[in-house]
Amino acid sequence: MRAFTYERATDPRAAVAAASRPGAKLVSGGTNLLDLMRLEIERPTHLVDVSRLPLRDIETLPDGGLRIGAQASNSDAAADGRVRTRYPVVTQALVAGASAQLRNKASIGGNLMQRTRCPYFYDTAARCNKRDPGAGCAAIGGFNRTHAILGASEACIATNPSDLAVALAALEAEIELFGPDHATRRVAIGDFYRLPGDTPHVETVLRPGEMITGVVLPPAPPGGQVYRKVRDRASYAFALVSVAAVVASERGTIRSARVAFGGVAHAPWRSIEAERALAGRPATTAGFRAAADAALAAAVGRGHNDFKIELAKRTLCRTLARAAEQAEATA
Amino acid sequence: MSVTTRPITADGEAQTADVAFAVNGRVRHLALDVRTSLLDALREHLDLPGTKKGCDHGQCGACTVLVNGRRINACLTLAVMHEGDEIVTIEGLGSPGALHPLQAAFVERDGFQCGYCTPGQICSAVGMLAEVKAGVPSHATADVASPRIDPTDAEIRERMSGNLCRCAAYPNILAAIRDVLRGGGA
Repeated sequence: MRAFTYERATDPRAAVAAASRPGAKLVSGGTNLLDLMRLEIERPTHLVDVSRLPLRDIETLPDGGLRIGAQASNSDAAADGRVRTRYPVVTQALVAGASAQLRNKASIGGNLMQRTRCPYFYDTAARCNKRDPGAGCAAIGGFNRTHAILGASEACIATNPSDLAVALAALEAEIELFGPDHATRRVAIGDFYRLPGDTPHVETVLRPGEMITGVVLPPAPPGGQVYRKVRDRASYAFALVSVAAVVASERGTIRSARVAFGGVAHAPWRSIEAERALAGRPATTAGFRAAADAALAAAVGRGHNDFKIELAKRTLCRTLARAAEQAEATA
Repeated sequence: MSVTTRPITADGEAQTADVAFAVNGRVRHLALDVRTSLLDALREHLDLPGTKKGCDHGQCGACTVLVNGRRINACLTLAVMHEGDEIVTIEGLGSPGALHPLQAAFVERDGFQCGYCTPGQICSAVGMLAEVKAGVPSHATADVASPRIDPTDAEIRERMSGNLCRCAAYPNILAAIRDVLRGGGA
């Protein structure tokens, strides 16, 4: 690991001031960053420990929504009574990720900032535009079984590894940010991540020195909520494909649906196409399949990951069926 | 926190910092290069080699310890980040003459072969049983909204998935944990 200096931030203002220094990085749980530092993929010269900032609370908002502090651990957020009853898709996504040890340590803010697990990003002998802009992409034409099928570019076909972000996309959550100008702003999860384009090393719209302080969930939407993750082993693995669905359905007709995919793109992939195909239509296998075809219409396989296109469709159908069933049971 | 900083390379400075935390009930003061992981602090600086280094990447769970009662991977956290924390390692759970119920159950059920992952398995199981008691949901929980967890075999397996055993002693590890669950000894 390269040398760095360490400081423990005492308040958010000190944190963003320190984070604005060249070469500085924020650290909280450290479960991804420290690993990348050990591999010298991340090489901060200054680490700002924000794990003890008073940002752990989970609070109900006046509009009926919920704000999860960025320093709440993944386990605390997953186990919170309000999260698990009103936003079960968030709990399901969180407990589908990593291991219990990692969830105890990893923060909610850090979960959203974790880097891709593309093996070529981790292999410092391989070309990677994320690690070394302009170097090229070894995954294109390489072993790309786990890579993106939607929204990728010729510069990068890596995927975002967060399960939480997929659930947040289906809930239309907002990310609360605090900047070096001491202003707080909220960014919709749909606008927070960037697609790779020509600059895959720029992954979010965070400005220099800006810090995630919380996640804001709107009032719980009506209907069923389901997160379904498909991976190579039953536990403790990243998604090949995952789906978060929020479906309101009554007497066999879908009133509204929100759908997001994980494991298929550089960002959580909300599918407006699928949602439009579902709204007002009967909750049937044929209807789900039509939505799945619409969602994946623009998908492009790279060889080894061609199977993900059909896998994503089938996973969406199964997830929608379950969410609609739940919605009917409570309608 | 007292720190001393000395330039070592063109692109960085090495920093030594003082840190104090309790390990197995005893407060320890250390002056460490800030890069030192909690795992290396325990093994190399505090002479507590019971906690094992497997992958050093958070993928195997051999380094699992309890920090403020919660299981974490000691390899993926810096020692300086643990100022004031209470850390329990396998050495603090029991001793050869007075085994922790989980240690005794692992012996009884032959929950290991080479034994390298065992300290992590046992620390993890201690944390896991506390999580079940506290109603923390898992991927195996059918209804995550329910505050009560039924500790089925599927729940235990899922909750222990962060601890790999290359000898594949999993059935016996499961049996040992099940014994303690039934006996209520953890």
